[in-house]
Amino acid sequence: MDFGNFGVVNFTKQAKSVAFVDYLAEGKLMGTVCKKCGKKYFPPRMDCAQCLDSEVEWFEINSKGKLITHSTVNFGPSGFEEVQPYTLGIVEFPEGVRVLAKISKKIDPATIKAGMELRPVPQKLNEERLTYEFEV
Amino acid sequence: MKEDVAVIGVGQTNFTRDCGMSVRELCFEAYKDAAQGLNLDPKDVDASIIASAPEYDKQRTPAALVSEYLGFSPSPTFYLETVCSSGTTGVRVGYSLIKSGLHDIVVMVGFQKMSELDSRIAAQVMGRGDDTMFSSPFGTTMPGGHALYAQAHMDAFGTSEEQMAKIRVKNSFYGSQNPKANYKKRLDLESCMNADLVCTPLKKFDCCANCDGASAVILASADKARKYTDKPIWIMGTGMATSELNWSSRASLTNFDSVRNAAKSAYEMAGVGPEDINVAEVHDCFTISEILAYEDLGFAKTGEGGKLIDEEATYHTGRIPVNVDGGLLSKGHPIGGTGGSQVRTIVQQLREECGDSQVKDAKIGLVQNVGGVGTYANVIIFGRD
Ligand SMILES: [Zn+2]
Repeated sequence: MDFGNFGVVNFTKQAKSVAFVDYLAEGKLMGTVCKKCGKKYFPPRMDCAQCLDSEVEWFEINSKGKLITHSTVNFGPSGFEEVQPYTLGIVEFPEGVRVLAKISKKIDPATIKAGMELRPVPQKLNEERLTYEFEV
Repeated sequence: MKEDVAVIGVGQTNFTRDCGMSVRELCFEAYKDAAQGLNLDPKDVDASIIASAPEYDKQRTPAALVSEYLGFSPSPTFYLETVCSSGTTGVRVGYSLIKSGLHDIVVMVGFQKMSELDSRIAAQVMGRGDDTMFSSPFGTTMPGGHALYAQAHMDAFGTSEEQMAKIRVKNSFYGSQNPKANYKKRLDLESCMNADLVCTPLKKFDCCANCDGASAVILASADKARKYTDKPIWIMGTGMATSELNWSSRASLTNFDSVRNAAKSAYEMAGVGPEDINVAEVHDCFTISEILAYEDLGFAKTGEGGKLIDEEATYHTGRIPVNVDGGLLSKGHPIGGTGGSQVRTIVQQLREECGDSQVKDAKIGLVQNVGGVGTYANVIIFGRD
C-alpha cells in the first residue's frame, strides 16, 4: 500500500505513516502515541513536536465516541460527484482523540444529532481504496 | 494615539464574476484607485508586498510581475500567502517594515481571479486548505468546515438559521448601496430562509460567492504620511494568530481561537477594548462566521452573537456597526483581494467618506480577516487624528 490508497481522493503517495493505510486494510483505525511523553495523536504522526522524537507506537481506536458536530454536504469537490450528498462528522473518542470522517449512509440523516454514540468502521471502497466511516 | 505607521491610500477594483481583465490589469486598477490624489511617484515606493493564494493562477511568482506592471522595480517585492487573510498579513508585514525603519513607503496589493476555474475544481482547490492527507480524502470543503462550526454553535447555544439569515439580510442591504459589490440585490428574510441547502445548516445565501477582484493599501511612516495626505489613518494595533489546520485537532468548534488570540494582541497593542470600536469589518465568508466574529472580538458574550443581529445592533446606526459595505457575503470574496478591501472600508469610514452608510463620529475602526476555516486570523485596529 502507499498512502494514496486512502480515501475517495488523495494527494499524497509517500509518507512515513503509511502503516495507517496497512492497518485500515486489516480493519483497524489507528492513532499514534509518543513513546517518550505519552502524547496521543490523531491524525497519526510519526514525530512528536514536544519531544522532537520519532519513536511512536500505534494504538487502536475501536470504542464508541460522541458526535460533536456534523454537516451534510450537497456539493462536493471534484472526485465526489458520485458520492454526494454525504454527511461529515467529528467524533470524540474515550481514547482521547477526535476523528473526522463520513457518517454511514445506513444512518437516517434525520436522526443524526450531537452527542449520539458512533464507532469507526474501516471499509474497502473498491479493490484498491480504503477508508473508514462512522456507524452506530 | 501612537503615530508610527499610517495608511495614506486605499483602493479596490469592482468585485465581480468574469472581470474581463488579467491579474496584472486587476492589480493596476486597485493601485491606481489607492494612489488617487497622492502624487506618489512609483520610484518613491520603497517596497511592495503582493498577496494572494497561489493555487488559482498559472503565473508562477506573481510579485515581480505586479511590481513591474506598477513601475516599482527595482525596489524589493515579495509574495505573501495566508489564504483568505493574505491581504491583512501583507498590511501587518508592511507595518513592521516601516516600524523597523527599513522602509518609509510600502504598498500592499492583494488579488484573486477565481472565475476562470469551474466551481467543482474551485471547491477542490479551496478544500485543499484543510489537511490533504487526513481530511480531503473525505470530501471536506470550505463551506463544509464552516457548516461544522455552525451546527456546533446551534447545538451549544441555540443559535438559529433565522439569525444567520438576518446577517445576510443586513449585508445584502449594504451590498445594494456599494457600487463595487459583486452581489447588489437586496434579500429578504424569506428568500434567505427558503434558499437551497449547500451543506447543512448553511443555505445558498449563507455563503459568499467566488469572484474576481484586487485591492491595494499604501502605508507610510509618520513623516512621509503627512507629506502626502492631511488625512492619515493610523495603525493602532495589529494581532495575528493561528489555529491547527486540521479541524479535529482543535479544542473548540464553537469559536475561532485564532481570532480570540489575534484580537487580544491587537486590543492590547492599541490600548483599547471592544467597547471602544466604532465600526468593524469582519470576515463573513459565511453568515455563521459573522456571528462567531461578534463573540470572538468581544462585541457579544460567548453564545450571544445571534442576539446582536436580532437587536440590529450591527447596522450602521446601531451600537457596533459591522460590514456596512456588504461584507464578503454581498461585496464578494476574491481571496487575496479581500483583506485590502476591508481595510479600505474602515479607512473610508474614519475619513467620513461613506455617504449613506457612514457611521457617525467614527474614530476607531477594526478589521478582522480570517484565512481558511478559522486557521489564520488578523485583527488590525485603526484610528484617525
Ligand atoms: Zn513526545
